[in-house]
Amino acid sequence: MLEVKHLTKSYQKDKPALTDISFSVEPGNFLAIIGPSGAGKTTILRSLNQLIKDDDGQILLDGSDIRSDNKSQLRKHRRQIGMVFQNYNLVERLTVIENVLHGRLGYKSTLAGMFGIYSEEEKKEALELLDKVGLKDFALQRCSELSGGQKQRVGIARSLIQHPKVILCDEPIASLDPASSHTVMHLLKQLTIEFNIICVANLHQINLAKKYADRIVGIRQGKLVFDEESSMLSEEILETLYDQSISKELE
Amino acid sequence: MSSPIKFLAQKHRKQTVIIAVIGSIYALSSWILNFDSFSGFTAVPKAFTWLGVNFSPTSESVELLPRIWQKLIETVALAVSSTVVAAIIALFVAILGSKATGINNYVHVIVRGIASFFRNIPLVAWAMILLFSFKQSDFTGFLALLLMTVGYLIRAFMEIIEDEASETMMALKATGASYFQVIFQAVLPQIMPSLISWVLYMIENNVRDATLVGILTGTGIGFIFDLYFKSFRFDAVGMTILAIIIVVIVLEVLSNQIRKVIL
Repeated sequence: MLEVKHLTKSYQKDKPALTDISFSVEPGNFLAIIGPSGAGKTTILRSLNQLIKDDDGQILLDGSDIRSDNKSQLRKHRRQIGMVFQNYNLVERLTVIENVLHGRLGYKSTLAGMFGIYSEEEKKEALELLDKVGLKDFALQRCSELSGGQKQRVGIARSLIQHPKVILCDEPIASLDPASSHTVMHLLKQLTIEFNIICVANLHQINLAKKYADRIVGIRQGKLVFDEESSMLSEEILETLYDQSISKELE
Repeated sequence: MSSPIKFLAQKHRKQTVIIAVIGSIYALSSWILNFDSFSGFTAVPKAFTWLGVNFSPTSESVELLPRIWQKLIETVALAVSSTVVAAIIALFVAILGSKATGINNYVHVIVRGIASFFRNIPLVAWAMILLFSFKQSDFTGFLALLLMTVGYLIRAFMEIIEDEASETMMALKATGASYFQVIFQAVLPQIMPSLISWVLYMIENNVRDATLVGILTGTGIGFIFDLYFKSFRFDAVGMTILAIIIVVIVLEVLSNQIRKVIL
């Protein structure tokens, strides 16, 4: 279980980016974070694996606080937390399977990882996961040759091979066309249930958030204003969240 | 409605003023240097005719080709070796100094400072300073080229790392990969094409510069050029220049081909 308690962060003095954010997610659940640009969604997500150091609060993964980790503890925590990025953040020059195998680096000795020496089981698992995300025949292609949707699925496979308890998705579909967006969201939802993991995603597409997420958290100016089952999301709530009427988005 | 129109009118006026300022700077500096633009331009064809008459290689100078060729190979080898060694040094320093992969901001500033120091001392000055310690030898030229190239490449590599590798670095850091794993698995593969492209560019440049350094250090093609020039054998000088031009063009074509393949 992932619990966030009283998370606080400010980049500049007296200008809080996050104030007292608390929520929790159970395994097998898909949580969407919505809110206007600049509300603090990315800051929350990146605090969860400490790519951004927050100022105060607690982030508990199965009861142990990530925030108080030293360097090697943090490395062990991070390998249990997969991350999927808006711009995929793959090494474009390398092949698909090499990028997937990067997800194993956190488990390897420094030398083996530096020179990319992986075990047979790891390689087999990478191929199985590529099959799962529908890219079985692309293993030896260079990532630069793939489409956006395919790249994102490589990113998902890379996070899955970490055997994660949590997958964090930072605007996973913001650069994708509608069809690929649905494929990626559907895949994330399905994997969340199949592997019983926690999936936390920042989303701008409210309709997709409502369709695929189990719960939705709304963030506005660094404050949590909404934390409910996704079916509870209503036009009035969206209006206060975004300061304007956006009823069409819900359809 | 009128304000965008006014804005555009003002923009035109601004552009006119800027062009006028550049024009008057040119006029002023011509006046200071006693430079007559008109006769300056008309002298260009004359200069070329003079070049053509005096520097045309003759059948006699063709016989010098084997010697020129041997010295030219030496010069190219000097340029290539100094650039490659400089690239290896620069890569290490750039990784330590870049904002994305570096140790901290102090190191970043210091590395930038060192790079700028090496880069901004002219090559000729480097060669002349090093002549005191290492006398007239290939090693002096090697070192002069190395130091200047290191200065250029550190700067270029740092910017490449910051521009091209930051995002993938973050992704691998998030998987729990250690620092050296991130460098070897994300940063190096990601920046390799731009890196090679820069090294090829520096090799092209350094072949030209190695000629110049050779005049001072008395080695390579520069030495031959100097020798022929000072003994008034202008046909041989022309031959040497022709050979240099051909080699530089061949290198350029070659490196463009390599770039096409790797990018």
